[in-house]
Amino acid sequence: MTREERSMNGYDFTLAGQRLVALGSGALYWPSKALICVSDLHLGKSERRARRGEAPLPPYETRDTLTRLEADLNKTGATTVICLGDSFDDDAAARGLSEDDKLWIIALQAGRRWVWIEGNHDPGPVELGGAHLAELPLPPLVFRHIAQPGHSGEVSGHYHPKATIRARGRAITRPAFLIDGDKVVMPAYGTYTGGLHSHNAALAGLMRSEALAVMTGPMPHPVPMPR
Amino acid sequence: MRSVPDVFNRWFALRGWSIHPHQFAMLERADDPATLLIAPTGGGKTLAGFLPTLVDLAQGGHDGLHTLYISPLKALAADIRRNLTTPITEMDLPIRVEDRTGDTPASRKRRQRADPPHILLTTPESLALLTSYEDAPRIFKGLRRVVVDEIHALAESKRGDQLMLALARLQTLCPDLRRVGLSATVEDPGAIARLLARHPDPCAILEADPGPEPDISMLETDQAPPWAGGGAAYAIPAVLEQVKAHTTTLIFHNTRAQAELFFHNLWLANEDALPIGIHHGSLDRQQRERVEGAMQRGELRAIVCTGSLDLGIDWGDVDLVIQIGAPKNVKRLVQRIGRANHRYNAPSKALLVPANRFEIVECRAALQAVRDHDLDGEPRGPGPRDVLCQHILITACAGPFEADALYAEVTSAGAYADLSRADFDACLEFCATGGYALRAYDQWQRLKQMPDGRWHLRDPRSARLIRMNIGTIQDTDTLKVRMRRTRGGKPLGEIEEGFAASLTPGDTFLIGGQIVRFESLREMVVEVSRDKGRTPKIATFMGTKFATSTQLSDRILSMLAQDDWPELPTHARDWLHLQRDLSSLPEKGRLLIESFPHDGREHVCIYGFAGRNAQQTLGLLVTKRMEEMGLAPLGFVSTDYATLIWGLEPMTDPAPIFAPDALRDGLEQWLAGNALMKRTFRASATIAGLIQRNTPQARKTGRQATFSSDILYDTLVKYDPGHLLLDITRQEAMRGLIDFGRIEQMLSRVGGRIDLLRLARVTPFAAPLFLEAGRTPVEGAAQERLLAEETAKLMQLAGLDREGLQSRA
Repeated sequence: MTREERSMNGYDFTLAGQRLVALGSGALYWPSKALICVSDLHLGKSERRARRGEAPLPPYETRDTLTRLEADLNKTGATTVICLGDSFDDDAAARGLSEDDKLWIIALQAGRRWVWIEGNHDPGPVELGGAHLAELPLPPLVFRHIAQPGHSGEVSGHYHPKATIRARGRAITRPAFLIDGDKVVMPAYGTYTGGLHSHNAALAGLMRSEALAVMTGPMPHPVPMPR
Repeated sequence: MRSVPDVFNRWFALRGWSIHPHQFAMLERADDPATLLIAPTGGGKTLAGFLPTLVDLAQGGHDGLHTLYISPLKALAADIRRNLTTPITEMDLPIRVEDRTGDTPASRKRRQRADPPHILLTTPESLALLTSYEDAPRIFKGLRRVVVDEIHALAESKRGDQLMLALARLQTLCPDLRRVGLSATVEDPGAIARLLARHPDPCAILEADPGPEPDISMLETDQAPPWAGGGAAYAIPAVLEQVKAHTTTLIFHNTRAQAELFFHNLWLANEDALPIGIHHGSLDRQQRERVEGAMQRGELRAIVCTGSLDLGIDWGDVDLVIQIGAPKNVKRLVQRIGRANHRYNAPSKALLVPANRFEIVECRAALQAVRDHDLDGEPRGPGPRDVLCQHILITACAGPFEADALYAEVTSAGAYADLSRADFDACLEFCATGGYALRAYDQWQRLKQMPDGRWHLRDPRSARLIRMNIGTIQDTDTLKVRMRRTRGGKPLGEIEEGFAASLTPGDTFLIGGQIVRFESLREMVVEVSRDKGRTPKIATFMGTKFATSTQLSDRILSMLAQDDWPELPTHARDWLHLQRDLSSLPEKGRLLIESFPHDGREHVCIYGFAGRNAQQTLGLLVTKRMEEMGLAPLGFVSTDYATLIWGLEPMTDPAPIFAPDALRDGLEQWLAGNALMKRTFRASATIAGLIQRNTPQARKTGRQATFSSDILYDTLVKYDPGHLLLDITRQEAMRGLIDFGRIEQMLSRVGGRIDLLRLARVTPFAAPLFLEAGRTPVEGAAQERLLAEETAKLMQLAGLDREGLQSRA
């Protein structure tokens, strides 16, 4: 384990024999491949909302999301980046990014292998650099946007899972990784994203009974997945 | 002046009634631009408001809308319709009366727009919606009069501000519009008159005969009240005796939680099975209506209730009002007392029941204030800008507008008379672009300027969204509670989402007077089952806590300055003397702070008398300062009068802690991450139209998985700290739940005269604070530590600690 890895706050676990680290930021790190995976960035959400005639939201979510991603890339020294789908709130939002934000993404891509996985919000290819794939098998793991029942070694996103625990009468809710022996469902990484409770039927049905929820935050905390 | 048509005189005579002087006076002033009538409940106030309208319309020949009546309650609108229909039918007048509220079917609403009745009874929100339609000029054509009922209640909230902006709009459409306000007794009628009238029009104030003085006293009980708490369970036998001795009693509580608990305990002691009901705002509408119906039919001997019955339908048979817990506010007490005995010229009878020792002093001070007719109230300050933002959006829905004309119209509303053009422009800019320092996606502005300079909605779809979100009432996020396995069964009521999140299956709590057991949270419905236990494990859900008013706090301090207190019961009197002997009594022009060790910890008790919310904020700010100074505070608890802090080190020099600048700095920093501030932000952001509570998708799916407004708050604080909504949020923080304004008032009253007394042990005044519930631990690293402890425990319990997991993998 390198010094950088030790200084990272993360929860170590094993999936299909591979050591993975769930970072407190909501990113997943795969040390042996120097690979980082983030899901559901929803860049350009405020632009999309305004386009549809809704209230103009503070237009800072792309900047904030990229700032956090850059920090994770610097901290881990990752050379491969996988954006696990719904990276953009829709295809037009990808096109609508400001020049500054586009240049920023290009700068982050420099010297790194970068993969955009298709999501339900962003099915088409983006004009930005990087590979655009429906899914990415990296045996023994596979990266795709929406979990498929019966697969193992699978890393997916889509559901924006969050978990609530009660500590001395106080309820604390955080975005969470859901982890069982077969798969990881990643929390949403984007700044303007909400969450789905782990006890929701869609998630409870997806995860095996011994699943854990790893709550994000300054120090990631594992708990038996609240159902 | 209009004369009373014969048909009216005959109808009054037939019923043995005569027209009251104030009703004549209203008729005489029918052509004044604005009139405010102050009259006690049951004084024929509503008829006084409508008499000029009925006389006008009796001749016939008026086409379309003549009079708008606006009330804060839907139920009141429906009730007034029934009350007006009687004389109209009996005198055979050619007048059509209809009500229009959120409950009116869409088909009737459509017809009302096409063919408005002569008299339309509605609420501020329904009126705002009407003004948002493109055909508003046609709907309101011919409108002569507007009657605002219970204006004293509306004047205290943003609903009133929204209403007055809507009236400004109507006045532009109908320049001859006459305004009438009907109000209960208030401390400053002039302030309400200024709100009501078009600025700077005059507004005459008519005061009806207030009737006889109320018969009000403290309830005598065998047992002394406890040292702390708010339940007043000790008074149950005495309250039951009073219920038996009267026809119908209203038992008012300050919070829903206390009402639920008291009702539960009352039933346990109700051996004669007297019919007693409960009524509060969290109960399901059907349940509330059932209680109201039983009440009107005279089937109930008592109703345990909260502010939900402060206004509304006249119930003639109420002959006693009991206030449980200190009234906190003299004006509200007087208005509640007015709920008893609506027959004119009979005195209202009321009893006060202090819930703890200190409240004996407060109740006594309140009794004196009622006798002195010394009502309290905080001036509301300038019109809130979040409401103005919503008004600008509503205006845009109705059609293109000129900024200059809208500014002129808005400043004709009393609350906005001093609004600067710069502030108005900032609100307009917010509505148009969001008003962010970073200019992004300008092509998607919500409002755009046309070549002729007028503003209009860029996307017509946004009109629908804006209309769906009209209103300023902020219900906290609540979840419906339903009995399990009664799919589609009647909901019991609602609880706050935060409370629901803190429940674990098996927890029991009170709702609607029954104990239920939490089973599960399913699709945003709390499922419960009946529980046979007699004591709920968790007292009950939260509810608003009123703070004792400034004026009442001052009266209490004046009382404490007396040499002796012969008017108080012996136990209370002895307690005050003991405090004076062992420590000191708090004084108006000074701040008393006691410092003493107890149970191995250091304690500080700050007698600020600033009201519960401000004392709570003071606790947060002072502990923050103490933490910085290395005094290691551990937690604190607050009441309306004092804050008790415990920690590891004694406070020795209070001056730097209570320096106003230091506290203000602390407020700024603390506000950035504070949950109350985020709640305040959410309310303002929702009113201003940044957050849409209702969307067409959400209507379809019941609830949209949207991201929390806290994220928007954090984002603005980080990237756009000068944004309009943060400015509005800071301004709101001076009142309400944060109430920093009261802390500033207290500090200026004290003017640096701080007395820190070092004492050997707990003092008589501080002792009850040790028994208060609602302790706040000092935040910070504590939350992460709690989370670490709790998660480790859970993992171990489930056999999922690290070793267990590794062996599995």
